[in-house]
Amino acid sequence: MKGPPRSFLSSSLRRFVADRLSLAALILFVLILVITITAPLLARFVLSTSPDEFLRTPQGRIATLQAPGPGYLLGTDELGRDNLTRLLYAGQVSLTIGFLVAFVALAIGAPLGLVAGFYGGRTDDVVNALVQVVINIPTLFILIILSVMFSPSVIGLALIFGLFYWPSTTRQVRGLVLSLRNRDYVDAARVLGASDARILVRHILPNVISIVTVVAGFDVAAAILGESALSFLGFGVPVPLSSWGNMLSGSQDTFRSAPWLVYPPGLMILLTVLSVFLIADGLRDAFDPRVRA
Amino acid sequence: MGRFIVRRLVQSVVLIFAVMTLSFFLIRLTPGGPETALLSNPRVSAETLQRMRQRFGLDDPLPIQYLKWLRNAAEFDFGRSYAYSLPVVDVIGSRVWPTFQLGLLSYGVGLLGVPLGVIAASARGRMSDTVIRVLTVVGTSVPSWWLGLSIIVLMSGTIGWFPNGQGNGSPWDWARHIILPAVLLGLGGLITFTRFVRSEVLEVISQDYVRTARAKGLAERVVQRAHILRNALIPVVTLLGSLLPALLGGAVITESIFNWPGMGRLFLEAASARDYPLLLGMLLLGTVLTIIGTFLADIGYGLVDPRVRYA
Repeated sequence: MKGPPRSFLSSSLRRFVADRLSLAALILFVLILVITITAPLLARFVLSTSPDEFLRTPQGRIATLQAPGPGYLLGTDELGRDNLTRLLYAGQVSLTIGFLVAFVALAIGAPLGLVAGFYGGRTDDVVNALVQVVINIPTLFILIILSVMFSPSVIGLALIFGLFYWPSTTRQVRGLVLSLRNRDYVDAARVLGASDARILVRHILPNVISIVTVVAGFDVAAAILGESALSFLGFGVPVPLSSWGNMLSGSQDTFRSAPWLVYPPGLMILLTVLSVFLIADGLRDAFDPRVRA
Repeated sequence: MGRFIVRRLVQSVVLIFAVMTLSFFLIRLTPGGPETALLSNPRVSAETLQRMRQRFGLDDPLPIQYLKWLRNAAEFDFGRSYAYSLPVVDVIGSRVWPTFQLGLLSYGVGLLGVPLGVIAASARGRMSDTVIRVLTVVGTSVPSWWLGLSIIVLMSGTIGWFPNGQGNGSPWDWARHIILPAVLLGLGGLITFTRFVRSEVLEVISQDYVRTARAKGLAERVVQRAHILRNALIPVVTLLGSLLPALLGGAVITESIFNWPGMGRLFLEAASARDYPLLLGMLLLGTVLTIIGTFLADIGYGLVDPRVRYA
């Protein structure tokens, strides 16, 4: 190899970018992110609509259930709102929930996994019991019940999701820490008089970050899918706020005669989740020191 | 093995108890619980409310309510549904059969993943492998409710092939109604099985005993059947149990989309009506089924693979 030796992070990133599929997924995801974040600008200056505005036909009536055409590129819904505008705004809600859930799942799951793996014994047993309780409750059932009880806002919804999405992080982190805690460099640090906290933060945490990033990616994808299902069933994001899931939670008869309403939200979820999956998968390979191309 | 089963059984019982306790207090202690469900009905007068509270046992102090509820639950009595005014067990029982049909068929759909996985593994890196792998990745990323809707719009809306609901009772009509929801519900299992079998077969192929079998001149057919397939497919048994929980969540979505009168739709109806006894009963049933599924998967693993030793 020519040049100075590269750090773990920069060589991982190099490997990630060298994989064409991962790179394509990353570009797609950034694209989705950009059009979602700039939704208010796009709606106002390009489409000249707003998500709550009822469009009118040239005859002056409210344009309900119009097929795609000039003025409304993806058609209008049963209340006469522009489908494309709502789709852009809905992305903000769906993506926010996806990232928030992953964040909450990490905030709960990673510390528990670190502590369980590092201390073992009783601590490990308690964490394991918690994990067992959470993974044996049917997630969709409990999410629906909690949503009925609390009628949560978007943030509340993400918190509730996070309460049931952390066990995968805990399991992965715990397994890794279990194999790290007896390494020579950890023993060396201990002999030098380092405290548990210092060993955890300085010597173990850096090794765990790559796996945590990958799990977080899968969490984002799973959360976007989960939120869409819950919202579609009518127990997720409260109307009139739109998410990709609840854009279709209205009556089933409307979109049977208006198929243009059915396809766009699902396609957006598919593309988003697919790109996040592929990015997470690519990162996993890139971080794995055994797969050196 | 015997000791392992006993230990797992005890663990499962403790787990069920923990979840029961948790869900009881969750529902009784938080705002929006059963009290609100009764209060929110404007037609309920103060007297009726008092009568209802007595009837549903909401007047007792909380610890007493809890103990009563536990004792009744031990006898499979989960109280009366608010909406149906019938015992929860009876309401659920009347909806089990349609979901059972759906679940059984979707297991069948899921098992189609076994041949798919074998095909993908034996064609590793070639066209059919790539196609199957791309389909499994896309399949995991597709929201199932959207796939269901799109199929309905395409098939029953445009072409009129597969109608909604349960049909008029003749076998042909039944088949026409159940096929789409069963395929949709089985899709997750199909993907899981395909991936699992593919990686199992690939792992077995590289084992020493397969090389030995080839080296000693056994016919390729024999090597594939007796050495590769048999060893690769054994762990599939364990997947059957762990698929159960995913099926429960899937049933809620599928039955709602296809208007299938099973437990999944009952759950949504109960949620809309804030029928807490019914919701709690179904949550517990779902949890118990999940625990049984995991339990069977663990036991099955030990039974089919003698290399597994339990501490």
